[in-house]
Amino acid sequence: MTQLERHSYDVLVIGAGGAGLRAAVEAREAGLRVAIICKSLFGKAHTVMAEGGAAASMGNVNDNDNWMVHFRDTMRGGKFLNHFRMAELHAKEAPDRIWELEVWGALFDRTKEGKISQRNFGGHEYPRLAHVGDRTGLELIRTMQQRIVALQQQDGRDHGDMESHIKVFAELTITDILKENGKVSGAYGYWRETGAEVLFEAPAVIIATGGVGKTFKITSNSWEGTGDGHALALKSGANLVDMEFLQFHPTGMVWPPSVRGILVTESVRGEGGILTNAAGERFMFKYIPDVFKKMYADNEAEADRWYLDQDNNRRPPELLPRDEVARAINTEVKAGRGSEHGGVFLDVSKRLPAEVIKKRLPSMWHQFYELAGVDITKEPMEVGPTCHYVMGGVEVEPDNAAAVGVPGLFAAGEVAGGMHGSNRLGGNSLTDLLVFGRRAGMGAAEYLKHNGNNPVSEAAIKAAEARIAAPFDREGGENSYSLHAELQEITHNLVGIIRTESELEDAISKIADIRKRSANVAVSGGRKFNPGFHLAFDLDNMLLVAESTAKSALLRQESRGGHTRDDFPGMNNKWRQLNHISSFDGIQVNVREQALPVLPKELFGLFDVHELEKYMTSEEIAKGGSN
Amino acid sequence: MARKLNLRIWRGDSTTGALQDVQVDVNEGEVVLDVIHRVQATQMGDLAVRWNCKAGKCGSCSMEINGKPRLACMTQVASYDEDETITVTPLRAFPVIKDLVTDVSFNYKKAMEIPAYSHPADLAPGDARMEQIDVERSQEFRKCIECFLCQDTCHVIRDHEENKKSFAGPRFFIRIAELDMHPLDTLKNRKRTAQEEHGLGMCNITKCCTEVCPEHIRITDNAIIPMKERVVDIKYDPARWLGSKIRKRDGIV
Repeated sequence: MTQLERHSYDVLVIGAGGAGLRAAVEAREAGLRVAIICKSLFGKAHTVMAEGGAAASMGNVNDNDNWMVHFRDTMRGGKFLNHFRMAELHAKEAPDRIWELEVWGALFDRTKEGKISQRNFGGHEYPRLAHVGDRTGLELIRTMQQRIVALQQQDGRDHGDMESHIKVFAELTITDILKENGKVSGAYGYWRETGAEVLFEAPAVIIATGGVGKTFKITSNSWEGTGDGHALALKSGANLVDMEFLQFHPTGMVWPPSVRGILVTESVRGEGGILTNAAGERFMFKYIPDVFKKMYADNEAEADRWYLDQDNNRRPPELLPRDEVARAINTEVKAGRGSEHGGVFLDVSKRLPAEVIKKRLPSMWHQFYELAGVDITKEPMEVGPTCHYVMGGVEVEPDNAAAVGVPGLFAAGEVAGGMHGSNRLGGNSLTDLLVFGRRAGMGAAEYLKHNGNNPVSEAAIKAAEARIAAPFDREGGENSYSLHAELQEITHNLVGIIRTESELEDAISKIADIRKRSANVAVSGGRKFNPGFHLAFDLDNMLLVAESTAKSALLRQESRGGHTRDDFPGMNNKWRQLNHISSFDGIQVNVREQALPVLPKELFGLFDVHELEKYMTSEEIAKGGSN
Repeated sequence: MARKLNLRIWRGDSTTGALQDVQVDVNEGEVVLDVIHRVQATQMGDLAVRWNCKAGKCGSCSMEINGKPRLACMTQVASYDEDETITVTPLRAFPVIKDLVTDVSFNYKKAMEIPAYSHPADLAPGDARMEQIDVERSQEFRKCIECFLCQDTCHVIRDHEENKKSFAGPRFFIRIAELDMHPLDTLKNRKRTAQEEHGLGMCNITKCCTEVCPEHIRITDNAIIPMKERVVDIKYDPARWLGSKIRKRDGIV
């Protein structure tokens, strides 16, 4: 037996997307030694897929914008199930986080005055998204990656070793978060390249592993979105909040089959793209919910005028929040008014000249031209909903991103819950990563002022080792690829955009069955870069996530944001006041209700009472928020 | 609808390996990465391949397809003749780890050698003002998805391991060019260090890198040639040479 590879750091950051890298920068700037774990190569994280932009109320394009307007939009988008404090911190701090990227070398598109340009997006009252064409996520991750390198160069000058304070461990999977005496002590994992095991001793661990899309059949997420952080947190004793809320992005590619689910950025609609059904009808006018009637145009003429004069016209309904648009498309297709391949049409070719489309939406043009043989400057795209983002996630303290219930554990970015309520607005994700990534780094630094090293015990190491060895010791067991495909079929059919009680019950028992069989997964081949082996662990995580989602969805007897129940079609005030908290007892996921923190008076006062009447009971309104 | 495709896959590791023939189903509209995944799920559970986004945005699934450096997720099976065998092999310029996966750490080491962006000390966050036209030059290079196909195809290092030490490669020439053209970057001498420390002079502009770039970045025309020209200008312009001596300027601005 070769000697176990061991590393010791102050802070371990699991995940190298926007949130993880921002957290690492903050912890390093606080003087700590930081290890960054990426499951893939450095700079490939799913953040690169974010296209539209990063929402921050800088007011560069419309100076009526400010944090309060952004806060209101975020709460509205989340149907008032957001943790108010997270939405508040996000709205207040987002502009600073964007400007900071510029100091680190980011090059956003500009306004005529030379400021950072901002574009319109669904649910945002003013043009608010800082962007670089339609590759904003790439700019963000590259800037963060290069910021890490800049800090490493600084350490090289100061300490003679570029990796003395911040080291990136690429292509490494974490399989367990370790605890001693009730507190985090480190993490255990393996190098994907060799299969060799690694122990990280670190008293603070920040989870920034992103989403869970690969639990579903049609998704915009890459293979990495397997809910690793959600599952690691659950297994280490943390809670997940509101896992029933999944965002189905309204516009994924639908044809050819091999690209089904790949994202078509909301910027296509922000730039004037319209949605039509097979009959050529611009159908979104039929789907404006009452709560949004004041803000959205109910006729084509006004919707079209909005592109030229936003102060005197209401917005086109194509720019409703994502949950509304996804449901509308779903309804059109189910009613038989869909396209040949089960989508609807999205057309920007009639609004903008070809050259402008290629300039503002270059990667969309490229993606459709190369993968679908469609020239979007001349013809419409076929689009349909795709699983895109999970609003639910690790229950955290808003100010320091500390995971509730596990000292030393922090979570930021998509893996954390609460910020987006029942539905996330486009553009709020990239700034969420930056705002709460930074806060997680600060939170870890503060925690370490009062908590020193917490050595890992031999027993913990033995247990983690045994878990990794197990699939190789079995012969003729289940194939992880087939089990994954079965799970995706179940979630797609039974826990998808539209849900019912009987289907959810069915899903829960089927997921439990797969979980039983997954205990018998066998792996062929050796440990060296073996995807079948990797998937065996990812599958374990996805099963816990799917169980949590299905169980939370069964309990929530209403439709809100990213959770639609056919048997309970409307919003219900009772449920707006409740979060669903998932925990894991070692055998199964248990879900309980917990009261949602009440909006304090000063934030309550930012809303028009008539708007709140659509969401709240008269008693709540009479109270006017908490003190 | 499905038809059979003859796929030839290189399998092995750093010590040994060989091409293996397989037959696999292929459906309309599929890309090479789709059929590799199908082989993985049905015939070779431990076949190693890197991939992430499957949409041409992350640059992970770089490999050589019929000898050409390409992204497997952006290569349509239909772009080859139906009876043609498609051969997939790992990137040749980098050491093989296993099957289609190579050790690309060379690139991350080079990235650490390029001095970072340097923001003007007196320019507070939020105060930067830049014209769109001025940021566009650098933005072209920031489209780079780091697939390293340009590095793989570059003949300076493709079959010349010995050159790797002194040659950063096209990906990092556009990184230097991007910083050099950044309207606010304060670090001087970027072109000169490109020439003296990162091997710009070893490039003889055959444009192979530009040809394989999936982002269509004009690496040679817009980054390498302008930097080479300026380096030459300054080095051989007697007036500037004299000026640099008299005013003791620290090289090229």
